[in-house]
Amino acid sequence: MPRAQKDYDDIPGTFVFDAERSRQGYGINMFCMSLMKDANRKAFKANEAEYLKQFKLTPEQAEAILKRDYNRMLELGGNIYFTAKLGATDGHSFQHLAANMTGATQEDYAKMMLGGGRSIEGNRSKSGADKRPAVKAKAKAKTTSKAKSKSKTRSKARK
Amino acid sequence: MARIIAGICSSHVPAIGAAIDNKRTEEPYWKRVFSGFEKSKEWMAKTKPDVVIGVYNDHASAFSVEIVPTFALGCAAEFPPADEGWGPRPVPTVKGHPELASHIAQSVILDEFDLTVINKMEVDHGLTVPMNLMFGSPSEWPCPVIPLAVNVVLYPPPTGNRCFNLGRAIRKAVESYPEDLRVVVFGTGGMSHQISGPRAGLINSKFDKAFLDNLSKDPKKLARIPHLEYMREAGAEGIEMVMWLIMRGALDDKVEEVYRFYTVPASNTAVGHIILENRGRAGASKSKRAAPRKTAARKAAPRKAKSAGRRRVAAARSKQDVRRG
Repeated sequence: MPRAQKDYDDIPGTFVFDAERSRQGYGINMFCMSLMKDANRKAFKANEAEYLKQFKLTPEQAEAILKRDYNRMLELGGNIYFTAKLGATDGHSFQHLAANMTGATQEDYAKMMLGGGRSIEGNRSKSGADKRPAVKAKAKAKTTSKAKSKSKTRSKARK
Repeated sequence: MARIIAGICSSHVPAIGAAIDNKRTEEPYWKRVFSGFEKSKEWMAKTKPDVVIGVYNDHASAFSVEIVPTFALGCAAEFPPADEGWGPRPVPTVKGHPELASHIAQSVILDEFDLTVINKMEVDHGLTVPMNLMFGSPSEWPCPVIPLAVNVVLYPPPTGNRCFNLGRAIRKAVESYPEDLRVVVFGTGGMSHQISGPRAGLINSKFDKAFLDNLSKDPKKLARIPHLEYMREAGAEGIEMVMWLIMRGALDDKVEEVYRFYTVPASNTAVGHIILENRGRAGASKSKRAAPRKTAARKAAPRKAKSAGRRRVAAARSKQDVRRG
């Protein structure tokens, strides 16, 4: 069943961890939770693909984990507080993960944060309605190509 | 009778905890953040609450995706620091107040807030970072802390309005507790931040400042902010700010803002902090138990003291501008 459109799907560059994603991503998040134990971290690092077999993951989810594609993990139901445990297992700081998800280098990302962070201007709405109200109607009208809106989102988010 | 004398709000950025634990608080980047809490520690040392109610959220430490309680009240005698993946934070075990906590649980459940009673729980940076910011790093925490964990991880969290009303129910519960206790409520999390997805790094200082202003001025307006607006304007994780409204709901309608601090960034987050005292209880921070307890009278006639209240708020405002300067 395709994902039903939600009002918050209009927010660019954002995967809201809702009940639907939680159901879909249960395996991803339980895998990440297992990394709270040192023995599990070692077992995972020793043979990642093998370790993942004990969790209910779709091939896409397993691939996203193995490739460390953090945005894809979120899209497929991972939650950031859980996937951050995978980043920590790899020895990465949280800012490394954040930079990764925005497509920036860690240095550029850190610079952006020091400069006051990513501006809200231009980042409120996928539909481009950069105003507080009236985004809902436009968001509903815009259920066109998912890929198209996504690439738009990313380029906007990278600014 | 127990009573709530003040509330504070503070971000609970994990990197702040890491900076404390790794003794990096004197580095210029972190000093900018910690210097904003020097006054708060002084205020806390003077105020000396008997109990703190700490509203926070768990970050996949005590609660996985297996069980997600919307409101979970810690009724245990103690709450050890959780291992968040790199060993538990080197902070003292949080001592609870099981008697007051279970009294609150009973009272708010009968008030139709169906919260979850937790008798065993580890607590993560969400609770302990604000405790460090307010208490410093003592070998034992100076007072018992009742943790109230709110789900803000799985959408939807409780609405701001629900949080505000839970705060009110908590206040009622506290005021019906027979022992003479002075209680401070912590609301934690926020301010604007997004740590997930391509929009990570979002900060909206304008939203944050308006939120801080309205905490004392017009909290009911804040209680009406829909989730969509939090996520859009303050970032996907900025929705944590609903927890501040539990603190606010637990205070008087009119409060005195005694301190505020705001800086960007700590790691990925805008750090916001505010201290609000219940009006007419200013003595609370100076001499312990000096303020008369008028709760019953106030409840019976909540509007009578309004004009006097306005004058006091105006006086407080001018004071606070100096402090902010």
